[in-house]
Amino acid sequence: MSHILVALLSLGGFALVAGLVLAVAQKVFHVESDPLVDRIDALLPQTQCGQCGYPGCKPYAEAVAAGQAEVNHCVPGGDRTMRAIADLMGVQPKAVEEEAKAPMLAFIREDECIGCTLCIKACPVDAIVGAPKQYHTVIAEHCTGCTLCVEPCPVDCIDMLQKPELIEHWAWPLPDTRRARQGKVRRGQHAGHA
Amino acid sequence: MTDVTLILLSAVLVNNYVLTKFLGICPFLGVSGKVETAIGMSFAVMFVMTLAATATWLVQRYILIPLDLLYLQTVFFILIIASLVQFIEMMIHKTSPVLYQALGIFLPLITTNCAVLGVALLNVQKDQTFLSSALYGFGAAAGFALVLVLFSGLRERIEHAPVPAAFKGSPLTLITAGMMSLAFMGFSGLVKM
Repeated sequence: MSHILVALLSLGGFALVAGLVLAVAQKVFHVESDPLVDRIDALLPQTQCGQCGYPGCKPYAEAVAAGQAEVNHCVPGGDRTMRAIADLMGVQPKAVEEEAKAPMLAFIREDECIGCTLCIKACPVDAIVGAPKQYHTVIAEHCTGCTLCVEPCPVDCIDMLQKPELIEHWAWPLPDTRRARQGKVRRGQHAGHA
Repeated sequence: MTDVTLILLSAVLVNNYVLTKFLGICPFLGVSGKVETAIGMSFAVMFVMTLAATATWLVQRYILIPLDLLYLQTVFFILIIASLVQFIEMMIHKTSPVLYQALGIFLPLITTNCAVLGVALLNVQKDQTFLSSALYGFGAAAGFALVLVLFSGLRERIEHAPVPAAFKGSPLTLITAGMMSLAFMGFSGLVKM
């Protein structure tokens, strides 16, 4: 009986000492992870789509925090994300690169779909429904138009269509004032330059 | 002095843990893609192995033998190695982030590197003094480092060689490892320990 007790106490005591040493080491060798990276990462949509040119949202956040990337590369995040990041970084907001393009929407021609599920796996926002050997289809409200599903489709049955204007997104047009007309002209010049 | 040379020669060349005892093959194949990572891994293993050899010797001498707990040897040793590796991981993360990134997953994997446990277990079986067991641990680690760096050098060169498609990648790596092992077998009988 006492032998078991000795064994328990010695192993437990040793483990305790090792644990304490590690706890102290944790404090001594504590590494600050860059809080800025985490905050930028929290603003990003986490679709990991790679349209910013980085392998995911976190690497893009690191690049922005290090000042190596502009704030306007996140396409799914759109204007709102860009403004939030610009605000956080204290830089001038810049139009999101792809914004000039009309919002796109993936569309699957169902009679050609072979039900291979490859596009489902590619979709970063889970906007494609379907099962193996069943037709797949795109949930229009969830599709960000990232085009990642087009490439894997073996029968090329996915089209990128212009996103129809949904009633949820519709807003009253701005009043036709002198100021609005000036703005329109200026925006037109801007687009012309780009 | 002859003792020191003998122990080192024995541990580094004759009883090389990777090529003659076939322990620690995982990092040997996994981290040998580039010379720089191989060198980083070698230093980490050297540090862990030497410390593990001394720490396990102390535990064996002052806890396990007096309390008659030799049947707990493996559990104790694993505990020591795991805590040591954890400690070193924190230290490297703090002192050299570049090395930390380069070692990546292989640093925590030293915990399960059987060569480290192998050194600790074989060491206490040999009934050595404290200093010679520390030296033996260091020698074994140096042998591991030598082989790992040499092998990564070989692999870097082979990478650009025109190789038949069937041998590309892992097959050629394994064949190279086998050749190296054959070469190291040549040292057997150099030192009797």
